[in-house]
Amino acid sequence: MSLLKRERDQPEESQAEKGLSGGSLLDLRGLGLAVPAGRDWRPLVEEVDLSIGRGEAVGLVGESGSGKSMTARTILGLTPPGARVTGDIVFDGIRVTGMERRALRGLRARRIAMVFQDPRAHINPVRSIGDFLTEAMIANLGVPAPEARARAVRLLSDVGIADGERRMRQYPHELSGGLLQRVMIASVLAVEPDLVLADEPTTALDVTTQSEVMAILDELRRERGMAMLLITHDLELAAATCDRLAVMYAGRIVETQAAGALTATPRHPYTSGLMLSRPSIDQVVHRLPVIPGRPLAAFEADDGCAFAPRCAHARPYCADGRPAVVELEGARVACTRAGELTLQGES
Amino acid sequence: MTAVATRVRGTLGRFSPSRAARALGIPGVAAAALIAVVLTVTLLAPVLAPYDPDQPDLFNSLAGSSAAHPLGGDALGRDVLSRLMWGARTTLSGPVLIICLSTVVGTALAVTAAWAGGKVDAVVSRLLDVLFAVPGIVFALITVAVLGPGVTGVVLGLAVAYTPYVARVVRSAALRERNMPYVAAAWVQGRSAFAICVRHLLPNLRPIIVAQSVSALGFAVIDLAAISFLGLGVQPPTADWGLMVKSGLDSATRGQPLEALGAGLLIVLVVAAVIVLGDRLGKEGDQR
Repeated sequence: MSLLKRERDQPEESQAEKGLSGGSLLDLRGLGLAVPAGRDWRPLVEEVDLSIGRGEAVGLVGESGSGKSMTARTILGLTPPGARVTGDIVFDGIRVTGMERRALRGLRARRIAMVFQDPRAHINPVRSIGDFLTEAMIANLGVPAPEARARAVRLLSDVGIADGERRMRQYPHELSGGLLQRVMIASVLAVEPDLVLADEPTTALDVTTQSEVMAILDELRRERGMAMLLITHDLELAAATCDRLAVMYAGRIVETQAAGALTATPRHPYTSGLMLSRPSIDQVVHRLPVIPGRPLAAFEADDGCAFAPRCAHARPYCADGRPAVVELEGARVACTRAGELTLQGES
Repeated sequence: MTAVATRVRGTLGRFSPSRAARALGIPGVAAAALIAVVLTVTLLAPVLAPYDPDQPDLFNSLAGSSAAHPLGGDALGRDVLSRLMWGARTTLSGPVLIICLSTVVGTALAVTAAWAGGKVDAVVSRLLDVLFAVPGIVFALITVAVLGPGVTGVVLGLAVAYTPYVARVVRSAALRERNMPYVAAAWVQGRSAFAICVRHLLPNLRPIIVAQSVSALGFAVIDLAAISFLGLGVQPPTADWGLMVKSGLDSATRGQPLEALGAGLLIVLVVAAVIVLGDRLGKEGDQR
């Protein structure tokens, strides 16, 4: 009897586990984030489905206020006060949503790390670079202090800072923004996480240092087999560094495709609009094509497709309910007309 | 050793005397110099004091200024100058102890409240408000009533009374600091709340804590001297400025004003210097 019972239970269990992990490192399922606004909830992120495989780089692209940063921060539990998280976050087969504080801390300490947009604000101004780099190694990984310092110097040289010994003794205000962002990247590499969440890592930097810093981050990440979720509003940058791209609009993902395919054959009118409104160095245009109107936040959207009011291809029925996500030749698109439209991609 | 030195330098930027002098301004430097002189004399009292401060000498009773006794003698003929030097020890060590206790307790309360927020913050803040409402002297009277007259009771009472002075300011600064991005960054690195508070918040709060404590120290000197004056604090025959003002009043009516004048003047000078220094340190903290 008991034997029978076990036999019956086992497949169910393993199936459930498999279902949870699904072979990917991070799985966001119907992720939603809402903040209280008076008596109501004001949604910032809605029904985000996204998965990242081991060692894979996924770009999350969108305009300001589209909820891309919030999505990344929610993964680490860095939500605004009083916020409500719905849906599931599954990391390496373990549900992160509703996870015990201690376990969540362990996850942050060793497995998921974050590179922030503004390194100057995110590094304690009164502690030295050496302290900043070694703190996590000593406290989270139990590395002895002298070894942690030696490792930190090596990491600094990995990110292109040659005189690491001197830099370790300096304070954040003595370093430029580009150098500080490299320091931040080094601190992320120090704990060798499985997943790096890079939240606009180059936005606050000079244009000339942007590409350098991005290249360093991407190269070192690949070497170490870390997966990356790159949050950016720079579609070109994301396409160049990521394997797959997800485009967000008004708190939802409107399109997910492999990076090359997305730029060549965008499936969502919004993606196509983004591609067309970029300046090109090959052509002289006097006025860039723009997407009319202004971007919406999730809570401003009506019942229908949030992009419909700005969409050149909108039909009256676009206002009836949120468009369902459809699979289309390897792309996942949230547009009712996705199948019938042929949209212009990279020019 | 070098690591410690680096850390100390770090909180003040690179420390250098000329830079510190510029930051403090002329009043600040004068105040610091006065405090340094008083502290030196206090520490070296056994060497510098010409007489045993507790040794009565009837020939010197209520004597005026003379070559042997520059400030004359008190009612029992004890040398006033020596008593002022020795008295600095009791007069100043009490307030320092008061401020150390209240700074440690106040900072711990403030950071806990700011970090936890919500109910914890509400409870701590109301508690501080209640403490604020009661004058320090009243607290000292309560503890003296329980523990009997003496320095211990007064120090404990005033330490409680001064806790909210430190805690209120530190709490508001900690609230602001707590929402800084670097705290979130440490948080997503998996650091514990305790580690973030001790290793990240406190170093950033240090200038404010120091400025506030130094200012409070000035007031603690006055309060303790006042309580000794009332006869509840330091007990005779120990030399203490507050006590000397009291016994000096008697002597003054009998023609020897130097005891009360000397002790009173020293209290005023030291308190003023400490408060000016605290104010300057606070201004410097704001600029950072």
